[in-house]
Amino acid sequence: MSVTGERLQPTLFELSRPGRGGGKIPHPPKDALDRIPAGARRTMPPALPEMNEPDVVRHYVNLSQLNYSVDSGFYPLGSCTMKFNPKLNEWAARLRGFAELHPMAPDETAQGTLQLLWELERALAEISGMPAVTLQPAAGAQGELTGVLMIRAHHRARGEGHRDEVLVPDSSHGTNPATASMAGYRTITIPSAPDGGVDLEAFRAALGPRTAAVMITNPSTLGLFEARIGELLEAVHAAGALAYMDGANLNAILGRFKPGEAGFDVMHFNVHKTFSTPHGGGGPGAGPVGVGAALIPYLPEPRVLREDDGSFRLERQGERPTSIGRMRSFVGNTGVLVRAYAYIRAHGGSGLREVSDDAVLAANYLKHRLAEAYDIPYDRACKHEFVASAATIKHRTGVRTLDIAKRLIDYGYHPPTIYFPLIVEEGMLIEPTETESVDTIDAFADALIAIAAEASARPDLVTGAPHTAPVRRLDEATAARQPNLRWRPMSGVETPCPD
Amino acid sequence: MPYGPHTADDRERMLAALGLTSVDQLFDDIPVALRASHLDLPDPEPELELAARLRALAARNRTDLASFLGAGVYRHWSPPAVDQMLLRGEWYTAYTPYQPEISQGTLQSIYEYESLLAELVDLDVVSASHYDGAAATAEAALMTCRATRRERVLISRGVHPHYRETTTTYFEGGLELDEIPLIVDGDAAGTTDLAALERMLAEPGRPVAGVIAAQPDFLGLLEPMPEIGRLAHAAGALFVAVVEPVSLAVLEPPGAYGADIAAGEGQPLGIAPQYGGPYLGILATTDALVRQIPGRLVGLTSDLDGRRAFVMTMRAREQDIRRDKAASNICTNQALLALAASIYLATIGPHGLRDVAALGASRATELEAALAAVGAGRLHPGPYLNEFAVRVPDARSVHRRLLDAGVLAGLVLADAEPGDPTLSDGLLVCATEVTTSDEIARFATALGAILAAPVAGAAR
Repeated sequence: MSVTGERLQPTLFELSRPGRGGGKIPHPPKDALDRIPAGARRTMPPALPEMNEPDVVRHYVNLSQLNYSVDSGFYPLGSCTMKFNPKLNEWAARLRGFAELHPMAPDETAQGTLQLLWELERALAEISGMPAVTLQPAAGAQGELTGVLMIRAHHRARGEGHRDEVLVPDSSHGTNPATASMAGYRTITIPSAPDGGVDLEAFRAALGPRTAAVMITNPSTLGLFEARIGELLEAVHAAGALAYMDGANLNAILGRFKPGEAGFDVMHFNVHKTFSTPHGGGGPGAGPVGVGAALIPYLPEPRVLREDDGSFRLERQGERPTSIGRMRSFVGNTGVLVRAYAYIRAHGGSGLREVSDDAVLAANYLKHRLAEAYDIPYDRACKHEFVASAATIKHRTGVRTLDIAKRLIDYGYHPPTIYFPLIVEEGMLIEPTETESVDTIDAFADALIAIAAEASARPDLVTGAPHTAPVRRLDEATAARQPNLRWRPMSGVETPCPD
Repeated sequence: MPYGPHTADDRERMLAALGLTSVDQLFDDIPVALRASHLDLPDPEPELELAARLRALAARNRTDLASFLGAGVYRHWSPPAVDQMLLRGEWYTAYTPYQPEISQGTLQSIYEYESLLAELVDLDVVSASHYDGAAATAEAALMTCRATRRERVLISRGVHPHYRETTTTYFEGGLELDEIPLIVDGDAAGTTDLAALERMLAEPGRPVAGVIAAQPDFLGLLEPMPEIGRLAHAAGALFVAVVEPVSLAVLEPPGAYGADIAAGEGQPLGIAPQYGGPYLGILATTDALVRQIPGRLVGLTSDLDGRRAFVMTMRAREQDIRRDKAASNICTNQALLALAASIYLATIGPHGLRDVAALGASRATELEAALAAVGAGRLHPGPYLNEFAVRVPDARSVHRRLLDAGVLAGLVLADAEPGDPTLSDGLLVCATEVTTSDEIARFATALGAILAAPVAGAAR
């Protein structure tokens, strides 16, 4: 589609003027490319924008101001843990020794980073109660794939390659079933019980000789600790299957529950949730994976090893033939892991436990405050987040959760996660995190309660929201039906590359 | 707790509202037998001391060397504007633009990234980004299988070994990956063996979904991409080009030689090496394959008042909607790195990017001559852009001795490709626009001294 209406900020392409820019790179000798065969040389140059630095800077400052962020205000996006991102960690990741180190630099030139990674592995092992950890996966979803591929290798090595099913609760993140499919498994969905936990009977009935693994998020995506976790894990192991824990919500149980000690065989960490590495507008993350003894042989390569003399090195290619192999290039998202390391060091063991205590206390307090105006489908102690629902409001006034979310924008807040998990009608998943003050939480509760009142008194005010955002609601249907996924430069002026 | 706001009074006020006396009561649902008592980790560290610890760790890394190491990650000049813009909290402390009304900055920046990269690769559609070049290559391979409903992919041994290994891992779910050998000698040594490719494509009963080759290849050499593409298409397979984005300022782009998919590592676009990441996986394709591309896409649309705006679109491919039927399990993208690449491209401009590529080629020519003059000639005769392999007897030990002289002499090929006897004496070296003549002279002088005294080398 093309849009001719008013625009918030021109694109780079509209700002471009032929002849602008330059002054960054010395000019190469004229014959620099002579040895490149003509057939391999580009004939039409890419139509990239030509800009001067001040215009580039203004463009990106203006664009940034169209974003809502944790640094601008309260961002209770459930399941995403939008806590404060410490500035020390940004400083640390940019230290020259960390930032400029090449990933294939010889081990003896990389001892500082290797030590940091090794210490981080040990810290994550302690936190998870797992004996070993890999830092390689680039994100939580890649950590899931890593874990499930290790489970697959484990069953194959035991002559049980016929196990081809993965059990997933219906409240799970979409990545769980998508991961199972990528690893060649069939997904079996298990319903939730009325209390929000996994339905134990349905779960037992689905377990069998074809079950390879069970993927459980604990605390669940409803923010509830899986109280029957002991029975679940026992049943999984009795069936010869392995238990995967989606660690997305680990931030609620630091120092209170160690998945490895409780019987999980493998789990991933989302360092952008639990350990405050920045969300970056949608990435980067890192998805370390902890494993129990049975899966250690299959960890991806390379592992970080400590030698007897106290030096560190990376495993060499092919050194451990049982490994599932690489999940990505190089050792991992080291720049992200530096930040996670700094966070863990700043808090120490006692501080991490306090992180969970405060996150859980804040969530329960906010849930309590909202109960006067919203449905609370699972009204028991929650962990770091909880689901509220506007089902009653919708039946009474026609105002939906989507409308309430948009109206929150007018009050100066980022809306919670809405319509997830899929099993709650008109649900909103709210996660205040441990870095928000009581005053902020109270003000947010007041806003949501006020919106509930508006839904009855002035529903059009809510259904027409947001009123104060840079743009109003978007036409998503046309965007999908007639996709415009790139700017096509309008000038039509194309000049061949200089020889 | 260093970043927490709560005073003792605050905590008590919240507990009192809940009718509780201790936060422990909120954890009563954890079965007693499974409760952990504490974390055996060091004590909290004040910022001053932690900063000193981090500084000391960083200082243990050696980044003072004259480096000729590339092998998929390249040193470039990144204008300070890039990182200074990135450090705005509005960018890095936001998340996925689920609420487009208050995320137009991120959304427009991703749309611009998609557009800039589409210009570079000359294809219609670029995803909002993947983890890195290896994961993007693996996803490209999976795309070819979905699109053709075939289950076998051919990948040239000229593709980065980490990308090949990653694709192998991703294919564990039941797909087949075969490696196309490289030519061993002659003028085309080190590039994809077209005759072998033709044979592999013609194997009866084993239809090929996709053919993957890299330009330049891992050894820095230029591949006959149009021919590889023609062979792939003639067999009904899709053609995947693995590319290095800076080179696309001067090398023919994938769209021009018929590639159906382009994958690559975006790190050279202003992103620091950081010992492995975070980087930027580039994934691009044609309009015909847009429904097969995994990962986020941002498109242009309008709001209720007709104002131009941007939004995540074609979401029906994604895991949170399609669950086990999704195109991939990828959840987020590398938004902040895509932003870095866009700011880099906008700041450096089309002419600047061409200068980066050409100046790197020029420095590499200088490096080639300097190394040849001390007896380290090239391992392959074919054309290259800014990276090439040289023959150095006992390469591993020479490489180590050069470290003592302050030179990081590229990559020991025997470590990267242990199974390939033709590379056992090879060092893979590169130059970019930041390589200086002084560094080249240091490298050549030190190498000359070592090669002139082989006995000392053998003793190490």
